[in-house]
Amino acid sequence: MDPYETLSPPQRAAMVRSMTSGRGALTRRSLLRAAGLGAIATAGLTACGIPAAGKQGAIASTDHSAQEKVIDFSNWPEYIDVTDDGKHRPTLDAFTKRTGIKIVYTEDINDNVEFFGKIKPQLAAGQDTGRDLMVLTDWLAARMIRLGWVQELNPANLPHAFANLAQRFRTPDWDPGRAYSYPWQGIATCIAYNKKVTKGRTVDSVSQLLDDPSLKGKVAMLSEMRDTVGMTLLDMGKQPEDVDDTTFGEAVGRVQKAVDKGQIRKFTGNEYTDGLSKGDIGACLAWAGDLVQLRLDNPDIEYVFPDAGFMFSSDNLMVPNKARHKTNAERLIDYYYEPPVAAQLSAYINYVCPVAGVEPYLARIDKSLATNPLIVPDAAMDAKGHAFRSLSETEDSRYEERFSKLIGA
Amino acid sequence: MSGTATASVNRPPGSPGSPNGSGAAASASLPPELARAARRRRLVPYLLLLAGVAWLLVFFVAPMVYQASTSVQTGSLEAGFKVTWHFATYWDALHAYWPQFVRSLAYSAIATVLCLAIGYPLAYTIAFRAGRWRNVVMMLVIAPFFTSFLIRTLAWETILADQGPVVSFLNHVHVLDVTSWLGVTSGDRVMATPLAVVCGLTYNFLPFMVLPLYTSLERVDGRLHEAAGDLYATPFTTFRKVTFPLSLPGVVAGTLLTFIPASGDYINAELLGSTNQKMVGSVIQSQFLRVLDYPTAAALSFILMAVILAIVTVYIRRAGTEELV
Repeated sequence: MDPYETLSPPQRAAMVRSMTSGRGALTRRSLLRAAGLGAIATAGLTACGIPAAGKQGAIASTDHSAQEKVIDFSNWPEYIDVTDDGKHRPTLDAFTKRTGIKIVYTEDINDNVEFFGKIKPQLAAGQDTGRDLMVLTDWLAARMIRLGWVQELNPANLPHAFANLAQRFRTPDWDPGRAYSYPWQGIATCIAYNKKVTKGRTVDSVSQLLDDPSLKGKVAMLSEMRDTVGMTLLDMGKQPEDVDDTTFGEAVGRVQKAVDKGQIRKFTGNEYTDGLSKGDIGACLAWAGDLVQLRLDNPDIEYVFPDAGFMFSSDNLMVPNKARHKTNAERLIDYYYEPPVAAQLSAYINYVCPVAGVEPYLARIDKSLATNPLIVPDAAMDAKGHAFRSLSETEDSRYEERFSKLIGA
Repeated sequence: MSGTATASVNRPPGSPGSPNGSGAAASASLPPELARAARRRRLVPYLLLLAGVAWLLVFFVAPMVYQASTSVQTGSLEAGFKVTWHFATYWDALHAYWPQFVRSLAYSAIATVLCLAIGYPLAYTIAFRAGRWRNVVMMLVIAPFFTSFLIRTLAWETILADQGPVVSFLNHVHVLDVTSWLGVTSGDRVMATPLAVVCGLTYNFLPFMVLPLYTSLERVDGRLHEAAGDLYATPFTTFRKVTFPLSLPGVVAGTLLTFIPASGDYINAELLGSTNQKMVGSVIQSQFLRVLDYPTAAALSFILMAVILAIVTVYIRRAGTEELV
């Protein structure tokens, strides 16, 4: 069929003219023009390129601490003590009262990966992120140090921190002697379950999460690679401290099988708490500190540290490059290493306290707290806790890629 | 471009300001101030376009060029990325993630069809039957837009909760047995299944379907219906021969406005689906932010764009409504 049959003869003639000698015609000039544009586009594409991130070494900045009595502090949500009316944060308020330093406290870290994406552009360009203090989990803290994006802390400003840091936190392999970071809290990864969904049965091993047919479609694991793979490795009798390509592959393969048969519903960040209390999630990997809070609202929720062991990590206070108030930030870090303050914080949020000698102060708040292994791990807990080996950059991206395929994206 | 072209065609030939050669020749013989005015008038359309073109250059062309470049780079975050014209990234990305591509297109196609099935009667009713309630009903369609996309999707998480009343009811009447047999749900739940994701997509994009349908239906002259009736057409024939063809521009616009964003969406799959319902948007997001493999992420974005462009082109050709959209 002639597509132009509706056109009148003059219109058709005009069209033919236009195609053969008009603008639509393919002439030498238009070809040259296209080639030129192509060359420009190619040059433009080549000119782009993403420069190496970091490696410029830590950038100290002019410290405005003396003139500006402020600290910009970024932390995770629900990770600090709050008064019942939700309007005040007692430990921070006490610091301001004592030192006159105002704290701008922002709960803008929800996920390590996501937060890294947020601060990366500024840090890569050697600019101020607007933050003086931030709280990052071990592996990201390690990456930040590797990239040279955080500042070395001044020990002179950290007498309490140096003296009171609990032994188990002293020498992580990514920051021996804590030159760049001090732990905010320690995190124990455990298995949590909703008794109502499991009909009263306990869930106490990763094997059960991965294989128990009665939990099909009701299991969640964490989107933090080191927690999910680490817990699986432990369950398989392997040590996360010396994970290599083979054992990593085996662990991922084991979880993959569970994904393929529909056992696993989701890989989650902090939002597992919602599903767990609603009952959409029957059993999952979880962070112990969350569960203490959760159990207050929903007594059906239980948690267990598997016999095979559990993953132990920490969230670390760090001062990013170009921070304007480094000395103030160091004073705040040191403040949280005073045992009474540390006790007040940990009693509220129920994570593992990194400060030695808090027990008497915890006992003053509540007798049971001082012996709570979630806050002050006992020898039995210590023996079962494991850490994931620090990965090199290439391993890190290789493992993350493999893991992200596992979690479906 | 086409705007200026038509304008010049509609103008009487030889009038001042027509942008062809004869116009310029004519203006040469005009007094100088008139010639200047004519030249100025010729510049006006370009000046008016300036803001739009600048916008497109900065927010569309520049990012596209940047991403195109990223997609052929190799390297790592810490070593930096360099353009090495590594086109294999495209093939590798497609090879690794084709299931997510297929899934994205399938889910968004189903959601688009469902939106049309739900949206057409809705728009028809609003346009022809709602009377004085028209604005109220229209308001109800748009109202969900006042809350954030994320909140609306999270609401579905609660509605479809395993222990919730909806799922209990569906279990009670054994609907889920049928859907499980069909493979769109699994076991006694709706959440974390394809059904949940498609429901979420349909719900979230419905207004994008209803609004264009409504605008094109609303323009249909009621007297045409009377005329069809006078010619002994049954209501169904009237619809088939008069109303529906006249509403085609709305159908095309609505399906495009639904299908295109739905196939790139990842919130629904992320919140309502499980690992096995991830769409390509999730992959792109995770490659950019989690794996930090920018080339793969950029390549995936371009493949998605190319696929959608191809589908849309074929669709518009088939629908034959270039001039209607």
